Amino acid sequence: MPFFVQLAHHFLPETILAVGVMVLILIGAWRGERGFGLVDEMAVGILGLALVTIALSKTPDASVFDGAYIDDGFARFMKALTLIGAMASILMSVDWLQRNGLEKFEYPVLIILSTLGMLLLISADNLIAFYLGLELMSLALYVMAAFARDDGKSSEAGLKYFVLGALSSGMMLYGASLLYGFAGTVSFTGIAAVVSSSAPIGVIFGLVFVLAALAFKMSAAPFHMWTPDVYQGAPTPVTAFFASAAKMAAVAITLRLVFTAFPGVKDQWRQIVVFISIASMLLGSFAAIGQENIKRLMAYSSIGHMGFALIGLAAADEAGVRGVAIYLTIYLIMTLGTFAAILAMRVQGRYVENVSDLAGLSRTNGWMAFFLAMLMFSLAGVPPLAGFFAKYYVLLAAVDAGLFGLAVIGVLASAVAAYYYLRVVKVMYFDEPAPAFDRAPMAVRAVLAVSTLALLGFWVYPTPVMDAAAAAAKSLF
Amino acid sequence: MFGFGILSGVVFLPLVGVAFLLTQKGDDEASLRNIRWATLATTLATFALSLFIWSGFDTTTAAFQFVEEKSWFGSGLVYKMGVDGFSMPFVLLTTFLMPFAILASWTSVEKRVKEYMIAFLVLETLMVGVFCALDLVLFYLFFEGGLIPMFLIIGIWGGKRRVYASFKFFLYTLVGSLLMLVAILAMYGKAGTTDIAVLLRTDFPKEMQTWLWLAFFASFAVKMPMWPVHTWLPDAHVEAPTAGSVILAAILLKMGGYGFIRFSLPMFPDASTHFAPLIYALSVIAIVYTSLVALVQEDIKKLIAYSSVAHMGYVTMGLFTLNPQGVQGAIFQMISHGFVSGALFLCVGVIYDRMHTREIAAYGGLVNRMPVYAFVFMLFTMANVGLPGTTGFIGEFLSLTGAFQANTWVALLATSGVIFSAAYALYLYRRVVFGALEKASLMNITDLTAREIAIFTPLVLLTIYYGVQPQPILSATQASVDNLIQTHTALIDAIKLAAAGQ
Repeated sequence: MPFFVQLAHHFLPETILAVGVMVLILIGAWRGERGFGLVDEMAVGILGLALVTIALSKTPDASVFDGAYIDDGFARFMKALTLIGAMASILMSVDWLQRNGLEKFEYPVLIILSTLGMLLLISADNLIAFYLGLELMSLALYVMAAFARDDGKSSEAGLKYFVLGALSSGMMLYGASLLYGFAGTVSFTGIAAVVSSSAPIGVIFGLVFVLAALAFKMSAAPFHMWTPDVYQGAPTPVTAFFASAAKMAAVAITLRLVFTAFPGVKDQWRQIVVFISIASMLLGSFAAIGQENIKRLMAYSSIGHMGFALIGLAAADEAGVRGVAIYLTIYLIMTLGTFAAILAMRVQGRYVENVSDLAGLSRTNGWMAFFLAMLMFSLAGVPPLAGFFAKYYVLLAAVDAGLFGLAVIGVLASAVAAYYYLRVVKVMYFDEPAPAFDRAPMAVRAVLAVSTLALLGFWVYPTPVMDAAAAAAKSLF
Repeated sequence: MFGFGILSGVVFLPLVGVAFLLTQKGDDEASLRNIRWATLATTLATFALSLFIWSGFDTTTAAFQFVEEKSWFGSGLVYKMGVDGFSMPFVLLTTFLMPFAILASWTSVEKRVKEYMIAFLVLETLMVGVFCALDLVLFYLFFEGGLIPMFLIIGIWGGKRRVYASFKFFLYTLVGSLLMLVAILAMYGKAGTTDIAVLLRTDFPKEMQTWLWLAFFASFAVKMPMWPVHTWLPDAHVEAPTAGSVILAAILLKMGGYGFIRFSLPMFPDASTHFAPLIYALSVIAIVYTSLVALVQEDIKKLIAYSSVAHMGYVTMGLFTLNPQGVQGAIFQMISHGFVSGALFLCVGVIYDRMHTREIAAYGGLVNRMPVYAFVFMLFTMANVGLPGTTGFIGEFLSLTGAFQANTWVALLATSGVIFSAAYALYLYRRVVFGALEKASLMNITDLTAREIAIFTPLVLLTIYYGVQPQPILSATQASVDNLIQTHTALIDAIKLAAAGQ
């Protein structure tokens, strides 16, 4: 296939983002601070355009650029999720940035660059593309964590994330070099051919290092240490971006790596995944109980949820991948909704982030309290909300694969987790009112309402998500 | 309509009422009146619609009736509804009691009336759904979903320790149900479907049955509640508003018994036989121990809550005897307890609305100022004790008869519960209603209002009617019970035969 045909057919969303971001930088450089509004709107447009091209894409699955890059149903599904997360993050952030004097054009530019990295990562089909995508994503994320540079906590978050992130990149590179050294190839399918049934010990070592680095990126225990501090310290819209889009890409490449490069040594990586999954679920459930800051609470919650999503990966079959895809879709909606609610927590012009600030919200702002309560019930996995179906399908895959112990630990951990989600509901509904919140901007309210209604009504018409997830899972096998 | 049948209509009609309530704005007296009447009208319409299920119900067959089926989540998970002799009485019990719950909250709920009514209507949808669902996951959806409105009802409109009670209620039930969820998934893995009608015919391996039975037991034992996981119930009852207690005692507890009879007994026959002694032991402990605990309670609601646990002991005992008298008696006991305990909580609500205390010591000599109330309260106290001529007698008598056939010692110990229940119930009645009217605070207490009399009249009539004439309920469940026992006996015989042949 000629280069430009490959570009136009299989690399179009990435091209749109790459070209678009350069245009945005030019506009920003030309107009300076005044360019923020325009750059911001154009950024949403560019992401939306990329999303549309993915949704309308009819090209057959193909591996392009000499096997460095794969364009298949799974990649398109995960990219769509990532782009939705990125778009919602930009939309919700405008007002927050303006009120905190941070309306700099670099913000949307960094989001797009990071998203571009995520798309590359999701489609990576060899170790080089993998590393390229990972670093493009992460470097932009480091800067974004420290975006409120006059704020001590934000700078701390950025530094912490960078140092630990660099460590994980180092681990990933070391693991990748071992893989290359023992397998003699960087291509995922090439590695799969070498380790079809048994693997040299060096490959297993490399796999462990790479998986550790990926666990770091998706903030799964025991590589979660950065998460609470970074979630709390980073500007809230940035945290929303971390929790939504970045997770999608990290889980996607993990699935891609283990299923295309290491299908032969399933039993080897499965133990690692089971361990990470259990550790994350337990840590996410128990450590969140004492949290007062709602962003920190969501950090532990996200650790727990990643553990739950990994149950599907531990099942190591098509049903499991479908479960993970459904889980990520619903988790994305829940996360965006919850962060929209957090962004609406503003008292007399000042943003607040403690759970106690929500006290009596049901009386001061009934709809917001109702939406957030439904989000909490959904995160806890109570039917008939969508969060239940997310858990249902990963558990189904695990039980089918015979992982009863993992499933039982999972449901018990989610019962513990239910306690702290209920606590948020309790504060909003049972306690005496705290000062009322200011009126939230339109975009934030819209994201909150749309995501909650999607979760509430998921059972009415689940077919589109179910079909898309099934198709995505099929293309990975 | 749109290919949906009457069961979907009954299940989702309350949600139509919710949609209307959402359009109501304002806190003035006129809109509050609208909200109350609209809710009442919705529950009455739902009851009226459910009467069609009753009239169209064929009591000669054990098959599922009014079945509707729609594809839903793709493979394995379908939207399937239907009722048989086990579930039909509970559907009617639910729709019948809802208007009373609404009427009982007419004046006693003053804050956030709209939200309160919405919570109750949503709860009704979910409760009826539990009894109509013919897909295991659909059942689970309704079963678990009911936690959300009940959590809010206890937590927002409850008493002083409402937060503690609501959390305990939610988390206890959730842990049990989640284990059941894993079992449901395992059953799906084995049978390839969650259609209850198919699962009833599926033969699960013995080893697997044990685990599945235990997982379902974890859920239903908490819901029932059985000793020793009953401790959430007194707390929830004491703190819940009157209508919440009524629904909790009359319907939510029945989901546990319904679960045993719908899933545990027919789907896991080996395990049910194997674990029957465990159930007997727990039931007898519940009957004797919680009756004794009830004797020393200082709080009226707590006393009735413990008495509920004791009465549910008869239900579990009767179910696992697996003979016609025992199972029929257990089902009848559940229906009867629905009327009686619901009415008793309404009785407590009457004096609580006037005095705002549930302390037994705060009352005494009510008969002097409240003769009508004293009569109503006495009737339901007697029904609770199991006086012949009331529904309570039929249920207890049949389940004890069944128990005698199955295990004499169990029956002997359980019968002592009848004496204990007379003791605590009459002791309560004496302290609250009889004696001299000495307390200054009670001097101006008024008798039942017209609204309250209207609430109690149908319950009084039904309690006596079905106490004298139990046949309508018994014949509705007859075919299903016979079918259950025949299938069970045949399976157990086949296993014995196979064991003998080896």
